[in-house]
Amino acid sequence: MTLIVPLVALLAIGVFQLISGIAEPPVQEVTTIGYVDKSGGFDQYTNQGDITLIRFDTPDDATEALVEGDIKEYFVIPPDYVSIGVISRYTLEKQLVAPTATMTAIKNFLSSNLLAGKVPLTTVARIEAPLNMVTIRLTETGAIAPEQGGFGNLIIPAVFSLLLVFAIIISSTYLLQGLSEEKENRLIEILLSSVSARQLLTGKILGIGAAGLAQVAVWVVSVPLLLNLASSSIGGFISTIQLPANFLVLGIVYFILGYLLFAVVSAGIGAISSNSREGQQLIGIFTLPLLIPLWFTSLLMLFPNNPIWVVLTIFPLTSPVEVMLRLGVSDIPVWELAASIAVLGLSVIGVLLLTIKVFRTYLLMYGKRPKLGEIIRSLRSG
Amino acid sequence: MPAVEVNHIVKSYADKAVVNDLSFSVTQGEIFGLIGPNGAGKTTAIRMMMDIIKPDSGEVTILGEKLSEASKNKLGYMPEERGLYKKLRVIDSIIYLASLKGMDRHSAEEKANELLSQTGMLPHKRKKIEELSQGMGQIIQFLVTIVHNPELVILDEPFAGLDPVNTELLKSMFADLRNQGKAVILSTHRMNEVEELCDRILMINNGGSVLYGNLTEIKSRYRKHSVLLDFEGELGEVPGVTEKRTHKGYVELVLDGNTTPQQILERLVSTGIVINRFEIATPPLNEIFLKVVGKNHG
Repeated sequence: MTLIVPLVALLAIGVFQLISGIAEPPVQEVTTIGYVDKSGGFDQYTNQGDITLIRFDTPDDATEALVEGDIKEYFVIPPDYVSIGVISRYTLEKQLVAPTATMTAIKNFLSSNLLAGKVPLTTVARIEAPLNMVTIRLTETGAIAPEQGGFGNLIIPAVFSLLLVFAIIISSTYLLQGLSEEKENRLIEILLSSVSARQLLTGKILGIGAAGLAQVAVWVVSVPLLLNLASSSIGGFISTIQLPANFLVLGIVYFILGYLLFAVVSAGIGAISSNSREGQQLIGIFTLPLLIPLWFTSLLMLFPNNPIWVVLTIFPLTSPVEVMLRLGVSDIPVWELAASIAVLGLSVIGVLLLTIKVFRTYLLMYGKRPKLGEIIRSLRSG
Repeated sequence: MPAVEVNHIVKSYADKAVVNDLSFSVTQGEIFGLIGPNGAGKTTAIRMMMDIIKPDSGEVTILGEKLSEASKNKLGYMPEERGLYKKLRVIDSIIYLASLKGMDRHSAEEKANELLSQTGMLPHKRKKIEELSQGMGQIIQFLVTIVHNPELVILDEPFAGLDPVNTELLKSMFADLRNQGKAVILSTHRMNEVEELCDRILMINNGGSVLYGNLTEIKSRYRKHSVLLDFEGELGEVPGVTEKRTHKGYVELVLDGNTTPQQILERLVSTGIVINRFEIATPPLNEIFLKVVGKNHG
């Protein structure tokens, strides 16, 4: 899994190269569209890039040409077009909407003919494409910000969030399964005759955590390398992708804390569960909050400053993924990051202390899982 | 120094005393039998000795001190429910569990090979645990228990599911451990093995001690007032014998309260029969077990 993710990304870049090399046609095809001008005055600008417009005198002539395959489609400009703005388009193909290229060609044809002779050609071009907006973000001192944001900024955090969820869930599941297996086949008694419950718990959490961290580190380090490779060979949108500032550091910090929290929870569940399947059902309740930030990614993009994201940033079960996503959408105030990390750290310690008690009490209990009330009573009695 | 000293340990679960004021000791160079019916508290007592669970009160000292991480390395424990990593190979299982007891890899591998060879398991060392039969798995479980040369070995039902050949193999290895000066605690229901192997026993029932001490001394305490006789000739009436019970190969003569076995022997010799065997009858441990446990059940 560790190497598969960057290898798959490398493969995707290679496949893209291969397919784009094969798929690119040697000669650009020209599409022919017919039109019937009942309004009058639409006889110029019939070459719209890859689309050529041919005038027909009547709709019947156009239909005949369409049926014979001489044209791809045709449209009729009614006599009252200037006042109502409606044209009728005729095609043999079943389509949800008209292709964008066709719509653009027809729109430009109509607007160019409407403005012909009334405004200069350069103005016509500007009317057809009035807005090509470039957003520049400034810092609070008025200087140009090093990080400009945009969709390119969200891609890596979003992908990393998904990988973080996988890494945390997979690591916690390994821990739970291992513990359940040892409990089910009674190996736990032999282990506890050699090491203490605390040593067993710590060893498992740190051992599996180290493996998970190595996995995350490989992914984090490979991202800039793959980005460079992808942007030079694929270019386009890929070259706008940037890594948010502090992403690498925060990615590792939140993986460590997020993993520790879910690992101690998994260990506690493993101790009280009578078998692996039961344990996995219980752990599902705790891993669900990890996924919540992903469900609301689109809302986060639309309303990045809503206070609900602050709550999800500080709540320990959602904070690892929420912070990663928010890094790609907006700035996170330092106090929120500090509070989030502090709450997550304290949660890890608190749950660990509870888990050690549960571990010792229930690890050797086989058969029916203890009820929640019983667990709380035994924790209170110490 | 006793290998194990247990003083007045008590353990309760949900207000029920599972182990109730239990005290005993085990010396080095002996096999100590820990017996009792199901649910008597044997496994709980063992777990308290191993420091897997803590007693509510009382004290346990192992090899002269309270159990610590260092002294845990001097213990070997074979639990009743067998457990090894199914997907791990035999040799790797032994080496890994030996490393938890502080053995370095090289020594563990060397010792593992020696023990595997001794038990005829060397050809199977590269097999996964799940590929072994139950009996073979149990032998490996035992090897895991002793690979690190512990001074105290605790075995909970080691013979369960074993065939006679492997049972004899384990018995000879237990005897070897005793001869090496180790202390061996054997918890089992198989009374014939206890009689054959154990020097001293502790019988637990309802969490408390009901019989404790030297096995021979305990058996003599429950001795029946009868003798076992294997003879040739006609026996006839013998004064002082209230009943004759014929068994396969011998006769049991039940004596009245006023007659001693010595007197019966003199009278038998005077009848002129040829005596091949004369033995004061002592009950099998199984019978004592049933008698004591039955009495406690009322």
